[in-house]
Amino acid sequence: MRLHCPICGERDRREFYYQGAAVMLERPGPDAGAAAWDDYLHLRDNTAGDLDELWSHDAGCGAWLRVTRNVSTHEIKTVVLAREIKR
Amino acid sequence: MRFSGLKVLTEGLTGNKGWGPHWRSPEPKSEYDIVLIGGGGHGLATAHYLAKVHGLTNVAVLEKGYLGGGNVGRNTTIVRANYMLPGNSEFYSHSLKLWEGLEEDLNYNVMHSQRGIINLVHSDGQRDAFVRRANSMCGQGDDGAILDRAGVEKLLPFLDFDQTRFPIYGGLYHRRGGTARHDAVAWGFARSASDRGVDLIQQCEVTGIDVVNGVVKGVQTTKGPIRAKKVGMIAAGRSSQVAAMAGLRLPIESHVLQAFVTEGLKPCLDHVVTFGMGHFYISQSDKGGLVFGGDLDMYASYAARGNLPLVEHVAEAAMTLMPVIGKAKMLRSWGGVMDMSPDGSFIIDKTEIEGLFVNTGWCYGGFKATPASGHTFAHLLATGNPHPTTVRHRLDRFRTGRGLMDEEATGSQHNLH
Repeated sequence: MRLHCPICGERDRREFYYQGAAVMLERPGPDAGAAAWDDYLHLRDNTAGDLDELWSHDAGCGAWLRVTRNVSTHEIKTVVLAREIKR
Repeated sequence: MRFSGLKVLTEGLTGNKGWGPHWRSPEPKSEYDIVLIGGGGHGLATAHYLAKVHGLTNVAVLEKGYLGGGNVGRNTTIVRANYMLPGNSEFYSHSLKLWEGLEEDLNYNVMHSQRGIINLVHSDGQRDAFVRRANSMCGQGDDGAILDRAGVEKLLPFLDFDQTRFPIYGGLYHRRGGTARHDAVAWGFARSASDRGVDLIQQCEVTGIDVVNGVVKGVQTTKGPIRAKKVGMIAAGRSSQVAAMAGLRLPIESHVLQAFVTEGLKPCLDHVVTFGMGHFYISQSDKGGLVFGGDLDMYASYAARGNLPLVEHVAEAAMTLMPVIGKAKMLRSWGGVMDMSPDGSFIIDKTEIEGLFVNTGWCYGGFKATPASGHTFAHLLATGNPHPTTVRHRLDRFRTGRGLMDEEATGSQHNLH
């Protein structure tokens, strides 16, 4: 599997660190309550189709990427710099 | 279907035309007391214990594919009880004891082989940790012994003891650990459940779970609706999709774990050996193939096949540990879909929906749990109360933070196990 880093171009999967579902971009506020934090930290849709996820280009530019990937076929749909989503 | 020496002899002489099916293949009834979603090892074990221990036989197991076609057919067959934390410790101890009586219980040869497991030690710190673990295992009533380097050399003379990166100092020896024939486990449980009156229904996919006012009423399937007083979700690898049909989100991320087997070789490896520092473990099947595996591919995946970087990583670890393996040809590889929980331990519990129960989160260790998973899930379904060995395996432990069982001490977070 290869990911297209918007900064570095197409690179081997081994250059990237996987964080998981991109829920981390939707961090609840400190007073959001236990249910919201449980949802954020633990509960997942865990879809078998297209998933938004966070990857870091650790062995490259170090940027955080939001990758939309089909987790059954491993087809990469889109790659966007996380900083452009979460300013 | 029964086997005997005489039957094998007469069938062998008459063209093997007299063998019958192991289990009945009934059409589903319109209603059952209990419906289990998932005809894998754990689902079939649950059906067996519901019938045998609790006398509940108005039960159906619904399987969208074929019996035992999921992770019970896609693992590395290791059976052990070398856990340390309260909760897991007594559960896997319970499971190993069930394994030890399983063949008599089922009257079925599951080829359970207590050949011993050796976890290799490569540093003083790791030895200290394994001494502590061995003490915990002994304290639990199981077995654990510490081998020095000479002790390991005697059992595994072909390992590379003086490798520069991870020289081998000794090992943790769990004698009652070993392997079993994975498919036979599923078949044995299936035959027993079927003989006792449980309906095993294959090619029957559950397409919906009927919930009215917070109470489960039954399921919709590709073979029509089936009413049920209780429903157990026990579909490893598809847990989240099944739970979503009841409107539930689980604390699960699914990942793929690869395994490999070489061509058949003469007996050379008598034990199960784990090389934790290299993320590698290996045993030899009764057919002669060296069966080995490594780490997760480390990203979410429902593809029951893995990526090449991990193949390379596992092959490197194999060559580091036992260079002799370089002469063997790799025959095939496969992947199983692992339901990973945040703390690395499983979940057997009620849900917020009355009558709906969940069994999930086995991470990469579900096979050895098969009998106890079935035994304790059956107990929960039959009595409404958790079995004493699963009282800690609550669905809500992540929300409350109480009773987490973080065996690897990495933190209760999804991408750390």
